[in-house]
Amino acid sequence: MSEIFGVPVQALMGQLMLGLVNGSFYAMLSLGLAVIFGMLNIINFAHGALYMMGAMFAWMGLNYFGIGYWWSLLLAPLGVGLVGILIERSMLRWLYKLDHLYGLLLTFGLALIIEGLFRDQYGVSGQPYSIPEELTGAFNLGFMFLPKYRAWVILASLTVCFATWYVIEKTPLGAYLRAATENPQLTQAFGINVPLMVMLTYGFGVALAGFAGVLAAPALQVSPLMGSNLIIVVFAVVVIGGMGSILGSIVTGLGLGIVEGLTKVFYPEASATVVFVIMAIVLLLRPAGLFGREK
Amino acid sequence: MKRKLIGALVGAAVMSMTAGQALAQAKAPAAKGMAAKPAGVKLSGEMVKIGVLTDMSGVYSDLGGQGSVTSAQMAIDDFKAQAKPGWKIELVYADHQNKADVGSNKAREWYDTQGVDMMTDVLNSAVALAVSKVTLEKKRVLIDAGAATTRLTNEDCTPYTVHYVYDTYALANGGGKAVVKQGGDSWFFLTADYAFGHSLEKDTADVVKANGGKVLGAVRHPLNASDFSSFLLQAQASKAKIVGLANAGGDTINSIKAANEFGLTKNQKLVGLLTQITDIHALGLPTTQGMMFTEGFYWNLNAETRDWSRRYFAKMKKMPSMLQAGVYSAVLTYLKAVQAAGTDEADAVMKQLKSMTINDMFAKNGKIREDGRMVHDMFLVEVKKQAESKEPWDYYHVRSVIPGSEAFQPLSLSRCPLVKK
Amino acid sequence: MNRKRVGYAFLLALMLVAPAVVYPVLVMKILCFALFACAFNLLIGYTGLLSFGHAIFLGTAGYVAGHSIKVWGFPPELGLIFAALAAAALGWVIGSLAIRRSGIYFAMITLALAQMMYFFFLQAPFTGGEDGLQDVPRGKLLGVVDLADDYNLYYFVLAIFVFAFWLIHRTIHSPFGQVLKAIRENEARAISLGYDVAKYKLLAFVLSAGLAGLAGATKTLVFRFATLTDAHWHTSGEVVLMTLLGGMGTVFGPVVGAATIITLQNELADKVGSLVTVIMGAIFVVCVLAFRRGIVGELGALYKRMTGTR
Repeated sequence: MSEIFGVPVQALMGQLMLGLVNGSFYAMLSLGLAVIFGMLNIINFAHGALYMMGAMFAWMGLNYFGIGYWWSLLLAPLGVGLVGILIERSMLRWLYKLDHLYGLLLTFGLALIIEGLFRDQYGVSGQPYSIPEELTGAFNLGFMFLPKYRAWVILASLTVCFATWYVIEKTPLGAYLRAATENPQLTQAFGINVPLMVMLTYGFGVALAGFAGVLAAPALQVSPLMGSNLIIVVFAVVVIGGMGSILGSIVTGLGLGIVEGLTKVFYPEASATVVFVIMAIVLLLRPAGLFGREK
Repeated sequence: MKRKLIGALVGAAVMSMTAGQALAQAKAPAAKGMAAKPAGVKLSGEMVKIGVLTDMSGVYSDLGGQGSVTSAQMAIDDFKAQAKPGWKIELVYADHQNKADVGSNKAREWYDTQGVDMMTDVLNSAVALAVSKVTLEKKRVLIDAGAATTRLTNEDCTPYTVHYVYDTYALANGGGKAVVKQGGDSWFFLTADYAFGHSLEKDTADVVKANGGKVLGAVRHPLNASDFSSFLLQAQASKAKIVGLANAGGDTINSIKAANEFGLTKNQKLVGLLTQITDIHALGLPTTQGMMFTEGFYWNLNAETRDWSRRYFAKMKKMPSMLQAGVYSAVLTYLKAVQAAGTDEADAVMKQLKSMTINDMFAKNGKIREDGRMVHDMFLVEVKKQAESKEPWDYYHVRSVIPGSEAFQPLSLSRCPLVKK
Repeated sequence: MNRKRVGYAFLLALMLVAPAVVYPVLVMKILCFALFACAFNLLIGYTGLLSFGHAIFLGTAGYVAGHSIKVWGFPPELGLIFAALAAAALGWVIGSLAIRRSGIYFAMITLALAQMMYFFFLQAPFTGGEDGLQDVPRGKLLGVVDLADDYNLYYFVLAIFVFAFWLIHRTIHSPFGQVLKAIRENEARAISLGYDVAKYKLLAFVLSAGLAGLAGATKTLVFRFATLTDAHWHTSGEVVLMTLLGGMGTVFGPVVGAATIITLQNELADKVGSLVTVIMGAIFVVCVLAFRRGIVGELGALYKRMTGTR
């Protein structure tokens, strides 16, 4: 049993690992979308652009101020979060009473602006960002050669995802948050500052995107266009998972990363579309999504 | 009901606004036709007008974009200084946003109302093919410096289109042959899964086989894939000496980056089939060292290229890509041809262009063939190690010069109906 | 009533003489996008469905028209009808999937499915990939009128536009259109009144897709090529912008929006360089924040206020 459908098991294991790396990006981004959606009822189209902004902030920090990777991992998401809070305060808050579609349209416009500005400033070829000293090299896992950096990406994103899940599902703060999602008026009546929570939630959601961006920076090229194609795949991930549960969006993200990884081995031509095909199938069988609740 | 009437009126207002503006433009050429002709050279307007149509904002804007506009302006300034023409030269430019309809509309407008005589840059194959059709219809000159497709000089060739800098055949052929000669005789391809990638792969594979090399396999990846690691594992498993990257832009950049991370470059060599100096600059030498590919121009080749490129650098703060250098040469050559032909009438200028030998910092003994292909030497380059690089942008070892006659598709194979056989 | 007729007649007369003063090709492009935006408006403005992948119908029909006319030798009128039907069929497939969810999910699903089709077109050999499907002959209308002439083509395109515009107008004011509006206002109530909401939504989607397809096919005929740009999600975003800027749910809004955006794109091409997308984005943001009724909607409201206070 050293081959499955003509592919050596070892290669297969390797591909599974890599799928997991991609899956952790999907998980982090769809998690951010789900958190924002839960609280604000807005689908944040600017998520891809803010992910790019995280990576660009890391690059700018390094090149203009000499801030290294590890500090960037903390500071860039903070910066992105602040930008998010600014967006929420100055624009999004005016839309809460309107149809949710306006939120989508507004954030789409913001995505165009953010991308356009970075492109104008830095061009499209992108900027190099090297892997931090400590994480260069690779582990030999026997079945594959896993670069340390990729392993770190899996570790870091899983930690962040599950910490988020824990905070929202298991702590008092999370309980307030869930209450405010369920019934904002009542929660406000209990003396909890709902607008503040909404603001911080949006800031946190986009900070997650920024964090993913910094994680991606050394692995991919830091370019103004890095977010725009990713966001559509993440939307499909969100539709497949349904945005009902935090854990659901994490699991779906990781799972689809793995499925995509396998497709790259067995039928690489379809690897760009496999997520969309799965989405169509899920819609046929379970319209609310794998973890969604039908309203 | 009233609301609708308002709607109708607003619609009318907008229409008449556009109308008025276009009317103003439409009047322009009529007046121009009657203008006095300067002595010596017969011109259609009062001047020779050159249009740079490029991607100013999208994925190719680093290859052409503002740099191409700067190059074209340098060519005009240099020509004025050297030849002291008694006529005026004007430059216009526009962003086609990588949309063929925007591009072809702009070309129409330029030719019809602005009296543009020649267009250049025009990168992006779809835009180039569309503009080439408009150019044929309006009988002007298109010297395309940016598009990669060989269709411009094959099935879609026209008497008014020159393809100046490179095409996929030259990159594949030049790279493939030269690399096999240097010992890289077993290949695996990483191919972008669309027509462009397929044709790069096929052309290269043919050349590799014809020169005694072997092709061990290929993997197709989607355009703009965010992650290349799993494709690279497949390339690694093939144990081929050479991994050919039949992709472009962001895809090339990300595949090189991943190749480095997964240690592929320790045992195998990467050959880019459409890699340019902007990609190397974006990635940095530590990541790209040892890569080989074909270029149409390198700034640090000789005193002449260095001299020109430094002047360019002073304006753009970047060294030129082969497209940007090509735009300079294209504009200069065109202006020389207008002067020699004594007119800017397209047929006469094209005749002159095809009979000229092009010698400038970009091309040595360059010739424009009847299918519109400009034939000039190409270079097989290898990326230097960090330690070997003496100054910023000092990136290449030039491993061999591929003579134009070998680099480009031979005329005998051309599918262009203009070629008499 | 009379004033309305006069308004329409004036507008039509204006369009009839337009090619004498404006570039026919530019006006034709505006007409194609205006039709596209009107078709889109049928969904967003009258049914309340935001499709974020509408460009795929424009693009699909463009390719189908181009291929059938160029390779199979269809006459232009048949090519257009065939392409519009193909787009409608695709609309049926995508629509039946997408209407299983509503609101934001609907937008995301249409976007994702459109992206899937985009990848298909990118890889399919008949589209020519990034080179595009080039050199489509314009042919002769009914075997008689030579469409290679820009003016002949212009009046043909104008006729198509007027026909489609009339069709949309009829649809909106028909009982069918009233049901659509009822669904937009209150879906639950429409269901309780006994309407099969899913069926109505799907029909509206198919109709919109077919008309968007007609726009795409016409565009191919005008420019003589079909490229990937038309199927890209940026184009989907553009049509949303056109409709939003002109005024969602107004009859003329999309036309005004399309004319403004296309003219703007054409004019900005040589002025602002790389900032085009930023400007488009800024228009989006301003519209959503301060200008939700769009140009036509705001003017209508202004007119009402002025006449109302008098």
